[in-house]
Amino acid sequence: MIFFFRNTSPVKVVLWFTGALVASLLLLPIGYLLLRASEAGDSIWSILFSYRTARILLKTVYLAVAVTLGSALVAVPIAWLTVRTDLPMRRLWAILTTLPLVVPSYVGAYLFISVLGPRGILQQWLEPLGVKELPKLYGFPGAFLVLTLLSYPYILTTTRAALMRMNPVLEEASRNLGDGPWGTFWRITLPQLRPGLAAGGLLVALYVLRDFGAVSFMRYSTFTRVLYIQYQSSFDRTGAAVLALVLILLTLLVLFIEIRTRGRANYYGGHVGAVGNPIQIKLGHWRWPSLFFCAGIVVLSLVLPASILAYWLFREINITMSYSSLWMSAWNSLFASGLASGLVLLASIPVAWLSVRKKGRFAILLERISYSAFALPGIVVALALVFFGANYANPIYQTVYLLLFGYLIMFLPQAVGALRTSFLQISPSIEQAARTLGKNPLMVFRTITVPVSWSGIAAGIGLVFLTVMKELPITLILGPLGFSTLATSVWSAVEEAMFGAAAAPALLLILLSSVPMASIILRESLN
Amino acid sequence: MCKIRFHNTVSSTKMILYSLIVSGLFVASCQPEVVEVVKEVPVEKVVEVEKVVEVDSAPGSLVVYSGRSEKLVQPIIDQFAAASGIEVEVKYGKTAEMAAVLLEEGNNSPADVFWAQDPGGLGAVAEAGMFADLPADVLANVDSKFQSKNGNWVGVSGRARVIVYNTATIDPEKDLPSDLWGFVEPEWKGRLGWAPTNGSFQAMVTALRSTWGEDKTKEWLQGIMANDVGVYPKNTPQVAAAAAGEIDVGFVNHYYLHRFIAAEGENFKARNYFLTGGGPGSLVMVAGVGRIDTGANEDNAMKFINFLLSPVAQQYFAGQTYEYPLVEGVKIHRELTPIAELPKIDIDLSDLVDLQGTVDLLTEVGALE
Repeated sequence: MIFFFRNTSPVKVVLWFTGALVASLLLLPIGYLLLRASEAGDSIWSILFSYRTARILLKTVYLAVAVTLGSALVAVPIAWLTVRTDLPMRRLWAILTTLPLVVPSYVGAYLFISVLGPRGILQQWLEPLGVKELPKLYGFPGAFLVLTLLSYPYILTTTRAALMRMNPVLEEASRNLGDGPWGTFWRITLPQLRPGLAAGGLLVALYVLRDFGAVSFMRYSTFTRVLYIQYQSSFDRTGAAVLALVLILLTLLVLFIEIRTRGRANYYGGHVGAVGNPIQIKLGHWRWPSLFFCAGIVVLSLVLPASILAYWLFREINITMSYSSLWMSAWNSLFASGLASGLVLLASIPVAWLSVRKKGRFAILLERISYSAFALPGIVVALALVFFGANYANPIYQTVYLLLFGYLIMFLPQAVGALRTSFLQISPSIEQAARTLGKNPLMVFRTITVPVSWSGIAAGIGLVFLTVMKELPITLILGPLGFSTLATSVWSAVEEAMFGAAAAPALLLILLSSVPMASIILRESLN
Repeated sequence: MCKIRFHNTVSSTKMILYSLIVSGLFVASCQPEVVEVVKEVPVEKVVEVEKVVEVDSAPGSLVVYSGRSEKLVQPIIDQFAAASGIEVEVKYGKTAEMAAVLLEEGNNSPADVFWAQDPGGLGAVAEAGMFADLPADVLANVDSKFQSKNGNWVGVSGRARVIVYNTATIDPEKDLPSDLWGFVEPEWKGRLGWAPTNGSFQAMVTALRSTWGEDKTKEWLQGIMANDVGVYPKNTPQVAAAAAGEIDVGFVNHYYLHRFIAAEGENFKARNYFLTGGGPGSLVMVAGVGRIDTGANEDNAMKFINFLLSPVAQQYFAGQTYEYPLVEGVKIHRELTPIAELPKIDIDLSDLVDLQGTVDLLTEVGALE
């Protein structure tokens, strides 16, 4: 209403047009699934409506809820410590704690089993002390542990962005009225974080729904595993499509919960000025426990996997390795992730903007659609695009363009979630003021919206970059012929038990991902 | 001597930067016209590879969809490309996923050849009518047990189902039973591992059903589950678990062990055991290849399939990937038991088509959870 008060505004047309275009792209997988499901044989219905499926659905929801809560418990303290307090080396912790997102879940699960498994490395160290076997990691504990440690950065990233843009006035008022730092956190900061937490939690929950690697290594049956068995064992695409539609229904349920969590309040400050410097909280004697907490999480989720990789690498240091193909994969990874994060960001701006500023039915629908494919396992999205690409868009089939579309469909929600949180924190009155001063909408967007919501934009770019770096099924299936990335090299080696050959690309994957994350985080602290 | 590596990563992407890098690599290394490639195979002798395929004026290109992993097969594909001059582009993925991709692509598939890890994937593509019939002289290279009945795919290399055991806790002579049935005994409680979602395992169960019948197979599955079998997502973690002592025995394919030994040394605490009593427990499975009917490069596809069945390629599988060659007269790796000495089992792989029946049975007994 403010932004588009002139009906003829070309910017409005462009926004709605891009929004509609993005939405129609995102509907491709659903269209494909409906088509395939309509051809499904009778046997799938007996699978779908069985006691066993119902139980697996419940187990899936249980795991998703537990991992989301666990991730929030890990992520919110780290976000708060690295943004609001005088924690030593907080920028370093901020960088290191986002990196676990880049570890593929099957690699993470394998590494955790080799260390914490019943007869893993830890048990061997404890053997002299008489420990014959560690408690069972398999089942819920292992799946919960791995998924939490690899996906808490979703919540961390969105929460940090929200914290950074949060208007400090309320907190100052709370402190002035006599609340201590904890009271202020619980009564003021946490409620204000709701949209950021909800956006991140949504990403975690949907990630758990679609994960296959961690749950299959940890022997925890989720719905995605049942879906994979349809492909893997029965070569049954139609049955798999029916199951995938159930995943989309689950997604809608999660979205419904997220809307409830998100609330309807305004999250921008009442005044028009820019956000002032928030109070930095002195940790005092909480300093050491806080440091210990951050270090513990980094050790478990990053140092532990990385050291085993390094051990594998040095154990087989003399194996023949083709360095040129390693560099080629590294370049491909950076190239694909870089392009994808740019593209996804561009596509997410209209979706996030419309959903924050235009409260109409279409805007809401658009944002919901953008999440629809996120709980789908990559294989489903990839096959949908294979079907449309090979049969209706042959010129771009097996080119980088279709690959980027695949990433767009998969990862748009990550950018939308991060951006939306930031846009919510901008008061429309600032933009209104700029408009009345004669700036055109595009200039307002460039000079006010982008700089003010930079933390959200950076979070969105970071999340998409990291997840594209590790993405496997879409890259394998939609990539141009012979296109290999670091993630595909790791997979190819692990698949054949060539762990030495897997270590180099896996370590490079973590190392290269840290560079853009570092530059994003260092830049935000300059702002 | 000069080794040429074809990065098909490069040739396909049409990105200027890539081609610059690649041409740089070529100029810096050696002339691409050189086709002599020497491959060392650690069997007993070094095999000198001569040109297998005549280089003609315009060799053209070939698109391979591979369900076998890049680490395993890219070197032999590079040899083919170097020797033939054909530009080979490969798409790698899991066999089931590649089969699904082919089915989605239908007649618009760019693929010329599908090289799959197991007969199940080949069967799914064959059933959709996407394979061309292979000429009789190609099929004649390989035992009819290891090819499709209709002659539209042919096995390339073999792997045996074996028992992997922990060397510290198991004396294979004394402790291990002579056939699969022995593992339902209560003495194995808490000591077993399997990978019920794995394609080779399911093929073995299909073989059990066709030899033992449904009831006995079901009884076996339930007996193993009653022994609290550990469920693994695939073969490799089972081999690792057997070596770590997490399980004493696992049902796996034979070759993963040799890769672990190559990586971790002879001290690796697991070894393979071939069930002396025979039966489906020592089934030999194959990776195989078929030609996509709609592929644009029929001649090159046939050259490639012939190459995979040539002594050079067969020797590569024997020496480098620890597999069983399927063509007569090729030496196997010195650590392997010759296929002829394996317990005889009279099962045609093409008979093992009823995968759905196996999945249904595994689901019924609750093995897939």
